[in-house]
Amino acid sequence: MDDGETEVTLTVNGINVTRRVEPRMLLSDFLRHELGLTGTHVGCEHGVCGACTVTLDGRSARSCLTLAVMADGMEVETIEGQGTPENLSRIQKAFHDHHGLQCGFCTPGMIMAIADLLKHHALETDEQIREGLSGNICRCTGYVNIIKAVRELAKERGPLT
Amino acid sequence: MKPARFDYVRAESVDHALEVLSQNGDEAKIIAGGQSLMPMINFRLVKPSVLIDINRIPGLEIIEDKGDRVHMGALARHRMTACDATIRRKIPVLHEVMHHVAHMTIRNRGTFCGSVCHADPAAEMPMIVQMLDGEIEIASASKRRVLPAAAFLVGSLVNALEPDEMVTGITIGTSPAGAGWAFEEFSRRHGDFAMAAIAVTLRTDDGRAIRDARIGMTGVGETAMRLHGLETLLEERQLDDLLLGEVAEWLNDNLSPNADIHASADYRRNLSGVLAGRAIRRAHARALEMRTIGHG
Repeated sequence: MDDGETEVTLTVNGINVTRRVEPRMLLSDFLRHELGLTGTHVGCEHGVCGACTVTLDGRSARSCLTLAVMADGMEVETIEGQGTPENLSRIQKAFHDHHGLQCGFCTPGMIMAIADLLKHHALETDEQIREGLSGNICRCTGYVNIIKAVRELAKERGPLT
Repeated sequence: MKPARFDYVRAESVDHALEVLSQNGDEAKIIAGGQSLMPMINFRLVKPSVLIDINRIPGLEIIEDKGDRVHMGALARHRMTACDATIRRKIPVLHEVMHHVAHMTIRNRGTFCGSVCHADPAAEMPMIVQMLDGEIEIASASKRRVLPAAAFLVGSLVNALEPDEMVTGITIGTSPAGAGWAFEEFSRRHGDFAMAAIAVTLRTDDGRAIRDARIGMTGVGETAMRLHGLETLLEERQLDDLLLGEVAEWLNDNLSPNADIHASADYRRNLSGVLAGRAIRRAHARALEMRTIGHG
């Protein structure tokens, strides 16, 4: 702690990483600047826009409202853990098929929120889907095509057991 | 903006957190879910020199059924409150309220006790502790004390904690058997803070009259509040348009909401009457339904 830095070890997309960081470093900046994972976007930096959403131990979290030191020992999943341009993840494929994005700025956060929704939430109605995504702001699409993509994913998943 | 520099302590126990607090006083801040504190730290509205992280303290991430009370541990997340079977059964009004608290991602991290401590004048959890006889369990390195919600919520974003104290848990009362309930809120977007919101529980007697009403409001004053005067007005009255007119009038006379960019004070007063009418009607209908089920 002499240099004011703290060692942080966490798992990012299945890979163990250890870095020494200042306690004030946000997880969003840790991912982008320390690890070069710039798919996690930073919009508002106060937890309103949802662009920086990642999952922490399987549940969605705002990486701009999480300190890297608070995520020590946790499993972080980011958009980079989803798929590649050649081999899209199922959620990315649904966004592609339904044209669920335009500029793409909100998309990584949307997709990580949807990963949590599909794992843990009943998505039987459009209202439930909209409520689930209400913390992620998109200024391009008007949401209609995003809802279509999630509707298809939820149908494919079936009811939660 | 990025946070100013601070030292970080991961508390291993409540005693550990209290020891660090006692050494640093108002230079230190406790962080739980961080969903209100982190934005303030990012904007440097709050610049703690020591941040005490309580997220890894064992035993605090809990909701316990204590008979006619429910105990919310300091790390009970909003998601847990929303899904908890005891709360759904014994405090259905809180279960209903949870649909309006922020968004999934915020609910995953944010805590019941943290929201009460933050004391936002338009938040729902302060309203719940006011309305349900909440008792705030407070600890410092040298003593323990319990404060009723009304004494804890001092003003807008101000609570009664001393610099060396933290909240270790909160208990709230359960709804009486046979009580109907309803929550009505108006906000510009789903999950936003309320422009005005009201929660009601009440029973009905054999003649369908209102008994034991409890009413909490948020978004219309310096703090969330319980409306004892309005509860008295409802006692032993029949639900009709005359009564709801009196309710709207009472609210108009007794509330002094703030005006801000979202709504004027007059708008909020008027909105309060409209929401109160809806909530009382729904709670009353549910109370009658409960009697039918109970006597069936």
